[in-house]
Amino acid sequence: MPPLLKLILMRLGLGVLTLFLVSVVVFAATQALPGDTARAILGKEAANVARYEALREQLGLNEPVVMQYVNWLGGVVTGDLGNSLVQDTPVTDLLSRRAFNTAVLVLIAALLSIPISLLFGSLSALRRDSKFDLTVSVGSLSLAALPEFVIGIILILLFATQVFKWAPAVSRVDPDIPIYQQLELFILPAITLTLAVAPYITRILRASMIEVLESEYVMMARLKGLVERIVLWRHALPNALAPALQVTALNLAWLAGGVVIVEYLFGFPGIGQALVDAVANRDMPMVQAVCLIIAGVYVVANLTADILTILVSPRLRTGLR
Amino acid sequence: MSDVTAITDSEVVGLQTVHAGRRRAEWIMTVQEAWGMGRTKIGVGIFGFIVALAVVGPWIAPYSPTEFVGLPFASPSGEAWLGTDYIGRDVVTRVLYGGRTVITLALAATLIGLGVGVTLGLITGYARRWVDETLMRILDVVLAFPQIVLALLFVSIVGPKLWLIVLMVGIGHAPRIARVIRAATLEVAQRDFVRAAEAFGVSRLKIIFSEILPSTTSPLLVEFGLRLTYSIGLIAGLSFLGFGLQPPAADWGLMINENRIGITVQPWPVLMPVVLIGILTIGTNLIADGMGRALIGIERDTGGT
Repeated sequence: MPPLLKLILMRLGLGVLTLFLVSVVVFAATQALPGDTARAILGKEAANVARYEALREQLGLNEPVVMQYVNWLGGVVTGDLGNSLVQDTPVTDLLSRRAFNTAVLVLIAALLSIPISLLFGSLSALRRDSKFDLTVSVGSLSLAALPEFVIGIILILLFATQVFKWAPAVSRVDPDIPIYQQLELFILPAITLTLAVAPYITRILRASMIEVLESEYVMMARLKGLVERIVLWRHALPNALAPALQVTALNLAWLAGGVVIVEYLFGFPGIGQALVDAVANRDMPMVQAVCLIIAGVYVVANLTADILTILVSPRLRTGLR
Repeated sequence: MSDVTAITDSEVVGLQTVHAGRRRAEWIMTVQEAWGMGRTKIGVGIFGFIVALAVVGPWIAPYSPTEFVGLPFASPSGEAWLGTDYIGRDVVTRVLYGGRTVITLALAATLIGLGVGVTLGLITGYARRWVDETLMRILDVVLAFPQIVLALLFVSIVGPKLWLIVLMVGIGHAPRIARVIRAATLEVAQRDFVRAAEAFGVSRLKIIFSEILPSTTSPLLVEFGLRLTYSIGLIAGLSFLGFGLQPPAADWGLMINENRIGITVQPWPVLMPVVLIGILTIGTNLIADGMGRALIGIERDTGGT
């Protein structure tokens, strides 16, 4: 087998293993619950032994734990995540629209943060130790420190309530209206996420760009008399992108977690807010589903980044590790 | 921010960490070097100021944190300088009381994360082979959950308990710290003094704790600052979501949650905690950055990388 293919297959295998273990953790979480799902659904009526036993049977709770897990995982794979305990509706129905909203939000944040980071990161690296570099450094360091809700609330105070009233402070996206007609509801949540995530990508990109600019192959390219533009675009940037790709993927995956607080803050109907509600109501099938989606996105994003890194880094591509 | 569950600068530092000739007192060099930088001094100043405010606050507060001093969401006045909160309590008083919980809980979570993370990092870095492989897979699973989601998953099972939140924030840090320490350990384990100790038949446990651990102190300092920054955001964030401290506690995170409905009429009970949490995290991150830079600087000087 070619070494490159072997490397990719190994990485894929690890990703699948991690996904499997994640599902075990999420499933085990409900098993640790004092009392069981049947009791949770029935509440006080659980005192009615006959109903309780019937529901246990119906939910498959009398089967061995391993079988319950296999059944649950079978459901997950086929898109059946069980019913919400609070609304008695399939979790998939409750989450599909929310997942779509969240995906749009994350996509907008990504589309904003990647070019911004690319620009500030490479410019800082090229004008290393200049005033511009120092400003970007201190600015990104401070922004990176701030929790999302701090950024979000300051934006609300500045742009939605106290100072200006440019954007809505609450983002109750209406499911009956197409998203492009209510894009203004995405402004503040998306900017919050961008400001929270872009500093990380900027900093890593700057660091990897500097490392590349100091490398021997860039020096070699310059000594060969290549035009600076070609040196930068053909020799420096592709190599600087490999580590940045990793961080970008990780940060985009992090956005899937960052949405929890941001969605709650803006009342945005996405999976993050669904998670907060479900945790407050102890709606376990809902908690399981959202945790599984978020962790799954993380693992897949990470996996994709790793494989892309293998493909774009010249050293790995030629099989010389 | 937050955990950003990403390879942060310090993890990059971690990968490059530790080069020949540095031992024991090296962390003192790192601290001295870091102290020479303006950003570290500013960071320490900010951190010191907020901690002092949180510690002294309850003594200088004009009222009791649960005392009603006016109408709900009253604007600033002579009696209440920053007005009142959603049920008419003094904002200045509640701000002065509300910092202790965030800071102590965040410190506790950071220490748990460091304890578990360093232990795992040393074991995976020194044990290698299947122990390393198995532990790293388990850590990958924890890493797959954003820290806030990990905490929420367990809150949904056990309920909103403070000990649980501190524990889960700490556990969420552990794999991230473990990776940095593992990288440092892998390199230290190749050095002559470790080889010599092995040749003398010193037990592996003793080698880990008395030979390898001291050499990882500098990256640890960076991790401490960084994880403290994230702990503050996570702990305050969980309180903001309503799963941390419960009313009538005076706590910055909870204050934001309780008072945000009145943000248009009376912004102070939201703005003050937000600004203080923000300044605090900037301070701790500046310290972490200063340490990280010092670490890289020292490596360059001693001919590393």
